[in-house]
Amino acid sequence: MNEIRDTVDAVYREESRRVLATLIRVLGDFDLAEEALHDAFRAAVEQWPRDGVPANPRAWLVSAGRFKAIDRIRKLARFDPLADDFDERLPDEASPNLDAMLDEDLEDDRLRLIFTCCHPALPSDAQVALTLREVCGLTTEEIARAFLAAPPTLAQRIVRAKNKIKVACIPYEVPERDALPERLDSVLRVIYLVFNEGYAASSGASLTRHDLSAEAIRLGRLLVELLPEPEATGLLALMLLQESRRAARASAEGEIILLEAQDRSLWDRTMIAEGEVLVTRALASRRFGPYTLQAAIAAVHTEAVEPEATDWAEIVGLYDVLLRVDPSPVIELNRAVAVAMCDGPAAGLELVDALLARGDLADYHLAHAARADLCRRLGKANEARGAYERALALTRLEPERRFLEGRLRELSG
Amino acid sequence: MKYLCLVYYQESDINAMSQNDWDTLNGECMAFGESIVESGHRLGGDALEPTHTATTVRVRNGKVTTTDGPFAETKEQLAGFYALEAKDLNDAIQVASRIPPARFGSIEIRPVRQLVPEDNTR
Repeated sequence: MNEIRDTVDAVYREESRRVLATLIRVLGDFDLAEEALHDAFRAAVEQWPRDGVPANPRAWLVSAGRFKAIDRIRKLARFDPLADDFDERLPDEASPNLDAMLDEDLEDDRLRLIFTCCHPALPSDAQVALTLREVCGLTTEEIARAFLAAPPTLAQRIVRAKNKIKVACIPYEVPERDALPERLDSVLRVIYLVFNEGYAASSGASLTRHDLSAEAIRLGRLLVELLPEPEATGLLALMLLQESRRAARASAEGEIILLEAQDRSLWDRTMIAEGEVLVTRALASRRFGPYTLQAAIAAVHTEAVEPEATDWAEIVGLYDVLLRVDPSPVIELNRAVAVAMCDGPAAGLELVDALLARGDLADYHLAHAARADLCRRLGKANEARGAYERALALTRLEPERRFLEGRLRELSG
Repeated sequence: MKYLCLVYYQESDINAMSQNDWDTLNGECMAFGESIVESGHRLGGDALEPTHTATTVRVRNGKVTTTDGPFAETKEQLAGFYALEAKDLNDAIQVASRIPPARFGSIEIRPVRQLVPEDNTR
């Protein structure tokens, strides 16, 4: 009996998201599908000990869920004589062919689900919340905790998103070929946003944040499995390569350790190996974009056994390509930092000063921190001090604050 | 599914065009209008005279106030609208993206709401 229970739990872990995705398609409604999913697993717990575990658990669950949902709708209709549109809402009762309903040969329903949750017509924070809830199966409380939001706020966000899907009639489908690039961008953006929430927060914040990065990587893997586009592969590579350094990025006390000071023996070599394979594959397609290029840059770092072995010239070259594809001031800044490593701090400072003069990064704490560092290396203590203070005024993360204060103390001492 | 596509652009952009370019744009809009009749998307729609020809009416506490101009000064101004029948939002987006002013203005797509005697949604 316990074995069956374990089996159901295992099936839940492996298949519940996919069952949900199919139920959403079959029933045409997120909330109905969620209820149906729970009903289906309840039925499994009751019936499988008696009848044995089915040969195709997923098909059984979809069928059971659908049956319960129809039942539920019928019961509601009995109390609502005005609801004569219920019959239109009912999935085709005479649906005899389970395989046809499961659409085994066509696209995985999880792909439909991902693209729907990440539809650009939904607000950005709602895309993130909805994806974590429906695709990853996180609870509202877990998502709220991870994003430091109040659960009712987050719940409301999700309710409104589902409502918009219904009212504006956002279809449950994988986009057509010509719409795919823009729509894929949206999905990748959501996944990377989730990853960064987990990545940027260092220790001191909770385990929950680390789980976010793991969740993002899991999502990235799913996407690559379902849709092996080069940029999806590139994003997964980028996340793996960045995540590989987690153990080395912060001290036990939660202090920031910069890349050049990290203990590289703490880097996760398995993740790095996988990341490097993926980025090579993405680059080989010749159809790559910003995520792949950022992954390539990360790979140059992870290839270096020690900081002195870093091929900065290659990094600068990659930034040149990246800038053509994504001409953002932040990328220009990162390139300037790389140029400084290649050609000396004076060359880097010239670029950073030009950037700040344009005004784009005036409120970006890392721009001032970079400037401060370059001034420090050039022996311009006063300018460095001013820039560190500017960066301090702008930073919002505790570990960054402590790091900058530390640098300021070093200057005075 | 019924949607309204509200076409917005900066009137200053239009005023900066040559007569030739403006006539060309209008021609493109006429061609677009025909194409959505053919495709079965069109339910209605019109181009509008510019905002300086607008008049705004408000009634407060039984008093009617009429003011010159649009309801508010906005960065982009309402230039016209299309009422569409579309399969779903993606279909509407596809159609809206072909509205010629979308190239330099903004098209707002709004689902149409049915009024009912009770339990109206919000």
